[in-house]
Amino acid sequence: MTTVTSGKSMTRASDSLDAAKLLDMLRMMMLIRRFEERTAQSFMQKQIGGFCHIYIGQEATAVGSIFALNPGDPVITAYRDHGHALARGMHPNHCMAEMFGKITGCAKGKGGSMHMFDRAHHMYGGHAIVGGQCPLGVGLAFATMYLGEEKVTVCYLGDGALNQGAFHEAMNLAAIWRLPIIFVVENNSYSMGTHIARGTSMANDLATKAHSYGMHYAECDGMDVLNTYDVFKPLADSVRGSTSKAMGVKEEKGIGPAFVNCKTYRFKGHSMSDPQKYRSKDEVAQFEQKDPINSLVNHLIERNHATQEQIEAMDERAKQIALDAVKFANESPFPGVEELYTDVYSQPFGPYKVGELPIMLRENP
Amino acid sequence: MTRELQFRDALREAMIEEMVRDERVFLMGEEVAEYNGAYKVSQGMLEQFGPRRIVDTPISETGFAGLGVGAAMYGLRPIIEFMSWSFCLVAADQIINNAPKMLYMSGGQFGCPIVFRGNNGAGGQLGSTHSWCVESMFATVPGLKVAIPSTPRDAKGLLKAAIRDNDPVFNLESERMLGLGARGDRDFSRYLHGKWAPPSVEEDSDFLIPFGVADVKKEGTDCTIVTAGRPVHFALEAAEHLEKEGINVEVIDCRTYRPLDIETIVRSVKKTNYCVVVDQCWPFASIASEIAMQIYERAMDDLDNKVIRVNNDDVPAAYSFPLEQEMLPHARKICEAVRSAMYVA
Ligand SMILES: Cc1ncc(C[n+]2csc(CCOP(=O)(O)OP(=O)(O)O)c2C)c(N)n1
Ligand SMILES: [Mg+2]
Repeated sequence: MTTVTSGKSMTRASDSLDAAKLLDMLRMMMLIRRFEERTAQSFMQKQIGGFCHIYIGQEATAVGSIFALNPGDPVITAYRDHGHALARGMHPNHCMAEMFGKITGCAKGKGGSMHMFDRAHHMYGGHAIVGGQCPLGVGLAFATMYLGEEKVTVCYLGDGALNQGAFHEAMNLAAIWRLPIIFVVENNSYSMGTHIARGTSMANDLATKAHSYGMHYAECDGMDVLNTYDVFKPLADSVRGSTSKAMGVKEEKGIGPAFVNCKTYRFKGHSMSDPQKYRSKDEVAQFEQKDPINSLVNHLIERNHATQEQIEAMDERAKQIALDAVKFANESPFPGVEELYTDVYSQPFGPYKVGELPIMLRENP
Repeated sequence: MTRELQFRDALREAMIEEMVRDERVFLMGEEVAEYNGAYKVSQGMLEQFGPRRIVDTPISETGFAGLGVGAAMYGLRPIIEFMSWSFCLVAADQIINNAPKMLYMSGGQFGCPIVFRGNNGAGGQLGSTHSWCVESMFATVPGLKVAIPSTPRDAKGLLKAAIRDNDPVFNLESERMLGLGARGDRDFSRYLHGKWAPPSVEEDSDFLIPFGVADVKKEGTDCTIVTAGRPVHFALEAAEHLEKEGINVEVIDCRTYRPLDIETIVRSVKKTNYCVVVDQCWPFASIASEIAMQIYERAMDDLDNKVIRVNNDDVPAAYSFPLEQEMLPHARKICEAVRSAMYVA
């Protein structure tokens, strides 16, 4: 029950991915990278407000794990959520427009950078209170089990969330009911300026966290999209559809919940206003050497899955899509003030009104 | 000579002076030490006091808020910083069930001299979970004191008093105000000129502003505006507009909501006969409702119209810039309320 996997076994799940699938992974990582560059730029130009957390450096984590899922598997994460939203399939236009506070955003401009929701793509949100998404993830998994569905919920969290009570209560609930959920720590070593070793007990042995709840533990190199996929593919398949005698079934299925330590690194500051005095330029440079996009590019070229020209064309395309997203966001209108009073209640009374669904769910741009 | 001082500097001065004075006082919270404070309020304090007294925590609000309560029971005088009051909600049991009730539940044996402080209210497009105004939610709790300063002078005097207070105090600051004063007098209303900076420690090491004493930020004769915290600045902005229209409002800054200085408010209402209450909380069961009711109870016969409340719109805080701007109890809404209260078309 408390086994450890690392994706380094003889047969790797990614070996059975064809070139087209690998190129899809690369395309998505490139899109996230170029999209985030435009996000940062738009923030500097004051077109994006509030808190804005950039995903650059961590692309392989979202992409490697989400590519291992079925389209209907629920995903939930914290506030560093643009990468997950895109990898799950949200159109970049709606993601960018949300950050611009425009009516065409995924949440009509009501949520902003930290709150990317996409019902059609089973993206249950970015959540801005550290650790707050963990019990919600457990709730999603509970619902899928309750309804007898063959699903696995993936709940991402930062290493800083390991220190929240909500995380521990969520782990315990998942364990006692053998819920089909994978908790994924995107372990980039820092919560703001606090290194994990200063904030988290047993930081160098996170397996103990999983094992203390009797939960399956795995770890992966979050800078390596193939290794991430190798860990997640078999894991997701064995957690998916888990059931529990405690919930009344006779035969238990699946291995129950799991906990993955995904070692990654954010290349940018915590948010857009972070002087980063807590880490050295050398440290950042060292991780930039392991750029997840370059690694996959090298892999593809070595195996003749793609030519340098193809790769460059893909990158140009990613840049264009990101630029188009900015243009779309720019040209979209702000919500009218009457939008303040929509979506407060689904059965409104008094001053409240029913809202229209976001354009994202009504049409494809 | 008034000093050029930002709001965040005043908070820091208060903490430093009290920590020098009393060995039992310590500061604990996320990023307060090595990072020098997420909002630079505690800048330099780790260097001055060391890691025993300026303590970085993990993101464990229940843990360190409760730790503070326990340490206070044992005789220390903790200052617990919430990066934002929005994050105190995960620690609700510790701060509203334990801190304020310890004295009562122990029959007077264990007090809880603790200060919880941090940013409150809309910070600037942070979305609804990060934009809590907690004053009406917490001012309802007996056993708590709630301070909500609007100037560095008040911030320093109130925080020093809070640290010396033997009861739990919630100090509600505002991210939007921390940098006020950076550009001198341009940052704030001319009505505050000369009333901005607190005395330095050399001038007065015991500069305390007692709780439950409101401050008349601007004297006037025509209509009373009652408020506190960031909306004081909205009210003063409105006062400037209204002055041009020949309306001379009086702006009362409550400074603490619990205890509330209802006497000063009533005295003003008896003079002006009109009243507008401005409160950045949501209107239902709000601070504004409470103040309006207390005015009716004491000065009904002196009012020439009903008391008008100006609150945040009764909706969750939105991220989008124009929506967030509109929902605040801003100057235009206050001007309209004053005109309406005074029957000025
Ligand atoms: C309960 C709560 N406390 C504090 C914060 C402020 N805060 C936002 S992000 C953050 C750091 C989180 O770090 P981590 O979980 O490692 O995620 P990362 O930023 O590395 O993705 C903090 C302290 C918050 N949002 N919620
Ligand atoms: Mg982290």
